[in-house]
Amino acid sequence: MVAIIEEMAKKIEAEKDYLTQLDNEIGDGDHGINMARGFAAVEKKLPSLRDGDIGSLLKGVGMQLVSTVGGASGPLYGTAFMKAGMACKGLTELDGPAFVKAMEAAVDGIKMRGKATEGEKTMLDALCPALKAMQDDVAAGKSLKEALTDAAAAAEKGVEYTKTIIATKGRASYLGERSVGHQDPGATSAFYLLQVLAEMA
Amino acid sequence: MKKILNDVDGVENEMIQGLVKSAPKMLRKLDYGTIVVRANKKEGKVALVSGGGSGHEPAHAGYVGTGMLDGAVAGTVFTSPTPDQVLEGIKAVATDQGVLCIVKNYTGDIMNFEMAIEMAADEDIKADYVVVNDDVAVRDSLYTTGRRGVAGTVFVHKIAGAKAEQGASLADVKGVAEKVVANVRSMGMAIEPCTVPAAGKPGFELADDEMEIGIGIHGEPGTHREKLRSANEIAKMLVDEILSDLDYKGRDVVVMVNGMGGTPLMELYIVNNFVQDYLKEQGVHVYDTMVGNYMTSIEMAGFSLTLLRLDDEMKALYDAPADTLAWKK
Repeated sequence: MVAIIEEMAKKIEAEKDYLTQLDNEIGDGDHGINMARGFAAVEKKLPSLRDGDIGSLLKGVGMQLVSTVGGASGPLYGTAFMKAGMACKGLTELDGPAFVKAMEAAVDGIKMRGKATEGEKTMLDALCPALKAMQDDVAAGKSLKEALTDAAAAAEKGVEYTKTIIATKGRASYLGERSVGHQDPGATSAFYLLQVLAEMA
Repeated sequence: MKKILNDVDGVENEMIQGLVKSAPKMLRKLDYGTIVVRANKKEGKVALVSGGGSGHEPAHAGYVGTGMLDGAVAGTVFTSPTPDQVLEGIKAVATDQGVLCIVKNYTGDIMNFEMAIEMAADEDIKADYVVVNDDVAVRDSLYTTGRRGVAGTVFVHKIAGAKAEQGASLADVKGVAEKVVANVRSMGMAIEPCTVPAAGKPGFELADDEMEIGIGIHGEPGTHREKLRSANEIAKMLVDEILSDLDYKGRDVVVMVNGMGGTPLMELYIVNNFVQDYLKEQGVHVYDTMVGNYMTSIEMAGFSLTLLRLDDEMKALYDAPADTLAWKK
């Protein structure tokens, strides 16, 4: 799991400018900068989290994101990792059902913190379909790798879907119909994290 | 991008240190992050904490001092401060009378302040918050996050600050803050965008003959774009939007002509020249006027107009003494 988090940090750093550019179009142009700053801080903190169980690792990652990312993404991603951490308390490895449980806790945490649901042009439009794909695959007895690969594919479709809808949450909502045609930066960064999970699983 | 900087990552910290060094008798910076509090903590009153991203100078630290805020928490440029920073700010100024946070209506600001207030409650600090949403450019509906908080926030600092200074309870300070929110409206426009130092590129681009209407204070695009018009025509358009949203006829009103950071005072006075005459024509009584840079968007060129409708209580609190970097009375 430590290696996955490291890879997530690399991915976010690599896509920093692209995420910022997406945010410039419909937000305030800082999503990539904020996420990269947060994940860089997470990378620095990883050595001190390495020895614990997955629960405490994810919780530590969440705390670090909350205190370094800022904006809306900080509390949202921070809450997601913290809730996922609580769902995997004491575990040292994750099978399919445990992964689904952690992902459910993360998505519920984001819905609660952001008072948002699917279809509002937010990261939930990538995460909700991903969770659904993961739940279906695990219930059907598919491998964790297959489930995460399908989840990432569903998230990618979700990102495409955000181009077609009007934002009703977050700063992009101020643009009204002008937000249509642009893809949501938060959904995009969520997709990148799921993509890393699928590749590394 | 050309800016007078040392290091893009040090912008917020160096700026806050420089601000505090400009008034060392009045202000103090906490060791933890970019948080400014009064040099001499006042006990026995409700403490007021405001904050938001950096880039709005003199907001928010410029309003810390007697009669206004007790603390201001600055995030990085245009980014809400994090919950741990807000919590440190709350803890530094908290009294047994409680803490009121003044939060502008942005998804991030609300989430971060809410998390901080939940954490403060865990440490037995009584804290509450009020949300400012004065921007009429954003239509308030079920389908948006709601109106943004912009320059009208400064009036909430002033009037709630005066109420707190008089020793009012947390409920009463919150009550008057909400009354200001209910009576204040703003709208802004830009002719040049601004550049977040870490991004290095402007948030949007405008042709030489274009202007952006309905901008907020974070360099984000506005509600629509049109051909540039004369100062009077632009000012009339903004005043009309505000007057159509709230009835100001026959009322005492404070006018704020706020520069976005890169607008010469010359142009702000030209705008004010029209606004004063036009409000008179519309039957609005101007009680007081402020022209200057109060809530900015780094070097954005443009301005916003804010109108605050006063009643007797707000008038007395508006006139009460204040001693801060950006507002002395």
